[in-house]
Amino acid sequence: MEFLLIKFVLVVIVFAVSLGIAAYSTYAERKIAAFLQDRVGPDRAGPFGILQPMADGVKMFMKEEIIPSNADRLLFILGPCIMMMTACMTGVVIPWGHGLEINGTFYPVQITDINIGILYVFGVVSIGVYGIMIGGWASNNKYSLMGAIRASSQMISYELAMGMAVIALIMTTGTLSLREMVEQQQGFHWNVFTQPLGFILFIICAFAECNRTPFDLPECETELVGGYHTEYSSMKLGFYLFAEYINMFISSAIIASLYFGGYNFPFIDQLGLSPNMLSIVGTLIFFGKIFFFIFFFMWIRWTIPRFRYDQLMHLGWRTMIPLAIINILGTGVYVLYKNGQLHF
Amino acid sequence: MQLTNRSKIVVNKEMTFAEKIYLPAILSGLLITIKHLFRKKATVKYPEQTRPIAPVYRGWHVLKRDEQGRENCTACGLCAVACPAEAITMTAAERKKGEEHLYREEKYAAVYEINMLRCIYCGLCEEACPKEAIFLTDRMVPSDMVRTNFIFGKDKLVEGKEADKRIDVSKRQNAHRHQ
Repeated sequence: MEFLLIKFVLVVIVFAVSLGIAAYSTYAERKIAAFLQDRVGPDRAGPFGILQPMADGVKMFMKEEIIPSNADRLLFILGPCIMMMTACMTGVVIPWGHGLEINGTFYPVQITDINIGILYVFGVVSIGVYGIMIGGWASNNKYSLMGAIRASSQMISYELAMGMAVIALIMTTGTLSLREMVEQQQGFHWNVFTQPLGFILFIICAFAECNRTPFDLPECETELVGGYHTEYSSMKLGFYLFAEYINMFISSAIIASLYFGGYNFPFIDQLGLSPNMLSIVGTLIFFGKIFFFIFFFMWIRWTIPRFRYDQLMHLGWRTMIPLAIINILGTGVYVLYKNGQLHF
Repeated sequence: MQLTNRSKIVVNKEMTFAEKIYLPAILSGLLITIKHLFRKKATVKYPEQTRPIAPVYRGWHVLKRDEQGRENCTACGLCAVACPAEAITMTAAERKKGEEHLYREEKYAAVYEINMLRCIYCGLCEEACPKEAIFLTDRMVPSDMVRTNFIFGKDKLVEGKEADKRIDVSKRQNAHRHQ
């Protein structure tokens, strides 16, 4: 009973934090875009425009809801639902902090530590593609369909390279559980130092998976009007956009926990704090890393122009995947050498 | 024929390895954009701040009164004829007895309207006016949501009678004189 209660509270907290961060990511995106372009950005709703996400949310809800008469009603509604649901589901396996010890019992700050955590993330993210595909197909609009086709082929292509980048990581860590991976990176033993190529591959694929620039072809405005969400309006459109920001938050969290030590930070043992205090500091540091990666996503968006579609596929299949395979081979040699099983 | 010295010869050379992997180029691009994060912003927060305008700026018209507070305009219609955008319309009326303190001459404009959306702010009405009645000022026409609100009548054009409500047009007139 107590177990369920604690898990329930954690689920609610993670859900609320994801939504809150996604809402403020929209604000951050507009502010950062403005600042990188020597502008000021939204500054009218509240001090420094801090209430802008609320205003945007109200606007989204108040807008007229249009479902095209030739659209498949059920699938049209199902699309954004799947998108939103899968976006919120991935946060379950991420270890947000080490854990708190209250009255002699240890409560990990993680909803569930399934031993195939990283596989679960990949599985759920793959379902997310259906949200885009179904939405684009159900709209009965050629632009939506084109956007959906692009999105699905792009995500499938980059998921391969992403998976292979993670395989190399799994080879060095020897576990699929996100929590164990993070625990192994105690202090400053971050995986990015042992897997630099894997990290670069992973972050590029993460950009493609989140449909962020330079891989935002599914919603490429100049060619496809709005891409897969051309026909969507009101809060259904809001769901698609919101899910994108949640995905960005979750992938930042995954990048931070896979390659940048999660809630670990250098000199963690030398602070002389109590374990509970350390855990809280660790969680804050983890969020700092996440915010940095969210900023990095936006920073890249306002730096690099969009790829052409053939360039995108070329990069995915003929550069990323071979590099990922080379990385796996190199990692294999490294692991064998480290275990003393390789004799020259 | 070489017109300028700005032309560059295009070299379609093979990309080097560093160029092919794009990452150095992306890094230098990131450095450029991050520098802009700390740059001075070009934004002018309009209602609170306004951009400096030239001394000869031509904006919102004023219909002047003389020293005794009488309207200068006699509704001769020369401004409407001079207007290339056909933005000015007026209806003339005869001055009644007892209205001598309101209008300087026997004829006056009962209705005087300028469509601010048609007006091109060229200042030809001002040049055409024989009575020094209409001037363009350095005030900007405020924005509005409805097109009909841009048809400015006498309520928005004629300056106030009191000394503090008079509108100073000397800045532009003197700027012209100096040149």
